[in-house]
Amino acid sequence: METSFLDIAQTKYGDKDNIEYFEKFPKGLNKEVVIKISKLKNEPQWMLDFRLKAFEHFLQRKMPEWGADLSKINFDDISYYASSTEKVSDSWDDVPENIKKTFERLGIPEAEKKFLAGAGAMYESTTAYHKLREDLEKKGVIFCDTDTALQKYPELLKQWFGKVIPYADNKFAALNSALWSGGSFIYVPKNVKIDLPLQAYFRINAENTGQFERTLIIVDEGAEVCYIEGCSAPRYSSQSLHSAVVEVVALKNSRVRYTTLQNWSNNIYNLVTKRAYAYQGAYVEWLDCNIGSAVTMKYPSVCLMEEGAKANILSVAFANSGQHQDAGAKAIHIAPNTSSTIISKSISKGTGKSTFRGLVKVLKGAKNTKSFMKCDALMLDKNSKSDTIPSLQVYEDDVQVGHEATVGKVGEDQLFYLMSRGLSEQEAVNMIVNGFFKEFIKELPMEYAIEFNKLIQLEMENNL
Amino acid sequence: MLEIKNLEINVENKKILDGISLEIKPGEIHALMGPNGSGKTSLSFSVMGHPKYKITNGKIFFNEQDITNLTADKKANLGIFLGFQYPSELSGITIRQFLKKVSDKFNPGLSVKEFQNILGEKSEQLKIDESLISRSLNQGFSGGEKKKCEILQMSIIKPKLAILDEPDSGVDIDSLKILAENIKKIAKENNTAILLITHYNRILNYLKPDFVHIINNGKIVMSGNYNLAEELEQKGYEMVVGKNGN
Repeated sequence: METSFLDIAQTKYGDKDNIEYFEKFPKGLNKEVVIKISKLKNEPQWMLDFRLKAFEHFLQRKMPEWGADLSKINFDDISYYASSTEKVSDSWDDVPENIKKTFERLGIPEAEKKFLAGAGAMYESTTAYHKLREDLEKKGVIFCDTDTALQKYPELLKQWFGKVIPYADNKFAALNSALWSGGSFIYVPKNVKIDLPLQAYFRINAENTGQFERTLIIVDEGAEVCYIEGCSAPRYSSQSLHSAVVEVVALKNSRVRYTTLQNWSNNIYNLVTKRAYAYQGAYVEWLDCNIGSAVTMKYPSVCLMEEGAKANILSVAFANSGQHQDAGAKAIHIAPNTSSTIISKSISKGTGKSTFRGLVKVLKGAKNTKSFMKCDALMLDKNSKSDTIPSLQVYEDDVQVGHEATVGKVGEDQLFYLMSRGLSEQEAVNMIVNGFFKEFIKELPMEYAIEFNKLIQLEMENNL
Repeated sequence: MLEIKNLEINVENKKILDGISLEIKPGEIHALMGPNGSGKTSLSFSVMGHPKYKITNGKIFFNEQDITNLTADKKANLGIFLGFQYPSELSGITIRQFLKKVSDKFNPGLSVKEFQNILGEKSEQLKIDESLISRSLNQGFSGGEKKKCEILQMSIIKPKLAILDEPDSGVDIDSLKILAENIKKIAKENNTAILLITHYNRILNYLKPDFVHIINNGKIVMSGNYNLAEELEQKGYEMVVGKNGN
């Protein structure tokens, strides 16, 4: 079978794996669930305290009502922990057979051999596989699942865990903080530049489950890393919940590029909080691509903490029938001489809805800030919906802040022009869509660009 | 080859072509002239199959096939080409990528290298700068660049019939000469018939028409040979076709 990180075949056929679970919690959410997760993981007291405070906050916090419709989420109808692996393996041969097969079908081991510096694979609530290239290990790079990191590097965790995104940031950050399991931990030591990307893959298999991975990336002074995450799940009629928290710390003069290719099945609520701190001269990039899920709410952010910090956020969304992609980006300019670029490209098709929320905030004193925000939305059908909600909050005079927006439909004249060159209507629309996403595609490694193109083509043919 | 019989066209329930008949044979050059808003572009869009132009009466035949209700892509694949007065822009797709896709339709079996060679040769003949080929189709192009790009497409497609809607408007004198020479060359190599829409005689000096038609108020009001174009240039539409164009 052809392999595909974006799980193109799965989108079509929706197979699920038959696997055995070592641990699967019954449905329902209460304090005992939180305590049980912490116990299973043998966590230090401070982490349990953190979880419990977060859970308390989750209970008190109202559901956000400003964005996508979340009223159908039933927290009592979800199982919050499921594990089918006893340990994290660093050899694919040690991964349980059926899980290994799934990741093979997704092309992970093959990609790892060909063009990755390290790979991780998470299945339901726990990490099945994690491995970093040996030379990088020797240089002091750490790339492991976050549970292992808590045991092996408690100081780093204590210093940074929950600092970029406090548990009280929003209701779903609180939920993740209470229930987190798995995710990636990366530490890149001073001046180490990792040549190839590190990749993590997240897989949900069962229905009515929640996945709450927690990722923390610390890039020390002058260091560089590219991280790619992919995800997928088989299609069910009932809902599942994916709520991740991703914290990135980019120290002085470091560079981080974080790429997400999100192709969850259309029954998943994908409610994710992602934020980076960029210190002096650091450069942080989020490349955030949302194709799957029922509902996504995700706005990767960069806080420009010190002078010379730069941010580049590219947000891409494809909302097909039945989907709502509520995505965007935030840049918070705290220090002077900082710059940010936000570009959003969204397509809605059939009854799909895409919303772009962009925020540029310039605090008093952040002199000589440069920021540019652009959002382009394209609607393919008469029932497609698109909203763009840019916000500029500028509390400093000495700034250059720009904003552009275009919202368009595929024009009759443009289609006629392309069709007069012998292209069918479908070919013409595909070409317009490919051109529209070009700014994003050209930033992807070739292998992912090919996958992305294939998936978009499938979405274009797929009239749900 | 092309036979238009008593064509009537509505756009948004307004009649804009009112019984047009026209016959074009292989290799012939027909010039279509007329004041602004007389129906020149409407005729070209109707023949090519723009969905907004509703055919309420009449028929169009191409090589004896009834093509009245075919979509633009089907007509293109039969060998009809339309050079646009205002070509659309296509963001993110370069001329090269676009023409490769188009070329695959009309020149199947061509290798990538063969295609590159042909593209290089044709753009050189049209004096199209190499860097333009790598830019998004028509995006930010000058008037002359857009028109040259249209004729570049024609040279790849090698149509049996080319309807060229003002290939000379917005074009400087040097470019006009290059465009006209290339159109002539392509037409000669492929025995392409041409329906040339223009306001000016200058291009007709290069592409001497076998027939000249004057259109006004959605009707062809006068047809003649090359001399008619010269008469028009000297006297203007009003003097030639009468005040009401009848």
